[in-house]
Amino acid sequence: MTALLDQTPAARTAAAGGRPPRGRGRRIALPYLLLLPAVLLELLVHLVPMLVGLVMSFRKLTQFYIRNWSAAPHAGLDNYRVVLDFDSAVGRSLLHSFWVTIAFTAASVGTAWLFGTAAAVLMQRHFRGRGLLRAFFLVPYALPMYAAVITWAFMLQRDTGMVNALLGRDGPDAPFWLIGGNSFWSLVVVSVWRTWPFAFLIIMAGLQNVPRDLYEAAALDGAGWWRQFREVTQPLLRPVNQVLLLVLFLWTFNDFNTPYVLFGESAPREASLISIHIYQSSFVTWNFGLGSAMSVLLLLFLLLVTAGYLAVTSRRRHAHA
Amino acid sequence: MGIATMASAAALTLVALTAVACGDGGTSAGGPKELLYWASNQGTSLDHDRKVLEPELAKFTRKTGIKVKLEVIGWPDLLNRILAATTSGRGPDVLNIGNTWSASLQATGALLPFDDATLAKVGGRDRFLGPCLAATGAQGKPPAAVPIYGQAYGLYYNKKLFREAGIDRPPATWNELIETGKKLTKPGQWGLTLQAGQVTENAHHAAILGAQHGARFFDGEKPTLASDPAADAIKQYLDLMQVHKIVNPSNVEYTDTAKSLKDLADGKAAMFMNQASAGSFEAVGMKMDDLGVAPIPLPDQPPPGGRRVNSFVAGINLAVFKNTRNLDGALEFVKFMTSTEEQALLNKTYGSLPTVKDAYTDPAFQTEQVKVFQGVLSGTAEPMPQVPQESQFETLVGTAMKSMFADVASGRTVDAAQIKARLAQADQQLAAGS
Repeated sequence: MTALLDQTPAARTAAAGGRPPRGRGRRIALPYLLLLPAVLLELLVHLVPMLVGLVMSFRKLTQFYIRNWSAAPHAGLDNYRVVLDFDSAVGRSLLHSFWVTIAFTAASVGTAWLFGTAAAVLMQRHFRGRGLLRAFFLVPYALPMYAAVITWAFMLQRDTGMVNALLGRDGPDAPFWLIGGNSFWSLVVVSVWRTWPFAFLIIMAGLQNVPRDLYEAAALDGAGWWRQFREVTQPLLRPVNQVLLLVLFLWTFNDFNTPYVLFGESAPREASLISIHIYQSSFVTWNFGLGSAMSVLLLLFLLLVTAGYLAVTSRRRHAHA
Repeated sequence: MGIATMASAAALTLVALTAVACGDGGTSAGGPKELLYWASNQGTSLDHDRKVLEPELAKFTRKTGIKVKLEVIGWPDLLNRILAATTSGRGPDVLNIGNTWSASLQATGALLPFDDATLAKVGGRDRFLGPCLAATGAQGKPPAAVPIYGQAYGLYYNKKLFREAGIDRPPATWNELIETGKKLTKPGQWGLTLQAGQVTENAHHAAILGAQHGARFFDGEKPTLASDPAADAIKQYLDLMQVHKIVNPSNVEYTDTAKSLKDLADGKAAMFMNQASAGSFEAVGMKMDDLGVAPIPLPDQPPPGGRRVNSFVAGINLAVFKNTRNLDGALEFVKFMTSTEEQALLNKTYGSLPTVKDAYTDPAFQTEQVKVFQGVLSGTAEPMPQVPQESQFETLVGTAMKSMFADVASGRTVDAAQIKARLAQADQQLAAGS
């Protein structure tokens, strides 16, 4: 092999039997070939299960058929009909979960982005201990998810939790944080705590690309701190923010781990996110067809939002260009 | 080798690997001279279970020459693991299942039916306790498993707190339970502790109190959850916290047994309705001399149609995975685990009850506490509904109760009409899944 690599292309062609040079064809094929393993793995890990899910959603796949899926009767659009019938218990609770998830995503992504931007901008200038503080801010992102969220669950307990102890609330009037209306806000707080370091990291990286002299020029023109942020920082961060918000949206909307560890298999109604709802519908009640129909609808919704978002942001980019 | 060739080779390998992974037929993991056994968590930890079971499995190997690979699986994972094994056709040879899952798992067809001929191979039907054998699958069908550990509910109480309050005996009726509970409730101490955040535990109590009110949750296989007796039963349970206020509202956050056990041991609660769990009490530091147990009180005046039931037939069953490649070995293993000697030894260690009659001659099962549970199991225990949708029933009713407890704890009132509406919702969800 070393010998082969040492040869010039012409010598290699000669060694291969004097055929005409294939360099150009090879150059075209090379990226595809290098991407092939990734594409195949992607197909295997993501697309195949997605397609299986799609097939399942058209079947009546209950406990009677899980041993032999192919024997599960065709359900046509029945599963979708049940799920989308908002007068029935199943449809109503799915719709409820959907709205809860929308509110949760808006609150969590908005706050995480705000925190991330604020921290990154404030730490743009050099000061003593900046490195340490940066590392400190990244801790939630580096902690193992389960350990971190279970710690929150302990802290939020009513009688023995640290939150009520710090608030000085104990006895019969102490508030609950893991049930009722408060559970929604507990979920938002834990979710923001987990995701904002990522927003911070990405925006901090984006800020490295903002040339310092732009700020100096703006300052000479008499722009204050806020004006500099609005006219210099924000426009230059736009491409970074566009990707960041999309990624945060998708992660948060689909988040399963945080509510599952915080509340267990059955989340309180006020914090019943759609991912937990789908898990309950399929694994806990053993109706995989119904659960799959819900998953497919969720996928369609997310695809629609993503496509719409990309279309709008790219049009804006062109308009600015 | 050129880069392109290397890339294609890698891709081909991947495809080949995938084909291998998908192409495997449905079989169990053990070979002809080997068995894979999935045990449920019966001891204080998974490690404790391994320490208890491994010497027994070695005994079996010495006797038969069949090696047994042991995997102890925690309760939160066991059902999902069994479902995954059922779906893929690859699983253990022999496995423990919660006995309430029997009819549900029976319906999947994944478990070997114990018809009379098969039962004969493990010693015959008559060796087993009747009530335990009734909780092994749908009526009229061959059992999907045989019972291995028997369990029943009892009312544990802290004798020290009773003494301090001048109460000399445990309550015998439901009204007495409430009165006693009130006497024992004072700042920092509650009359009773409940696992109000635990889905299946809630469902168990709905079934027990439901039976006392004459409720039937299924008509044949058709769910009939939303009945007046069922709503009354659930209200009676919720009222312990809502009306009588003998339960700490914080109990809605109790999603496992450990906290309730600890409350009783620490004197923060005086009574706890639970399955036989002396060993676990000891593990959380309970002074065992202070631990008393009595049957769960029955109603003073049973409502019309009510049944004298204060427990369901709880426990663990031992099943054989139908895809086993070593059927004879698997049945040999079942016979071994349900033998009189192993039954006495294992149930003694775990604090559960033997499921075969002969084992009760062992002096370990002649103590006062064991006799209480034994009396309940053989006299006033009823199996959970033996229908394919039993596990869904537990999930839906238990979840509804958990959220009603949350309402109560947050200061909202839950009345019988609301309970019935929630049950009707669960009924619809159950129907959508059938």
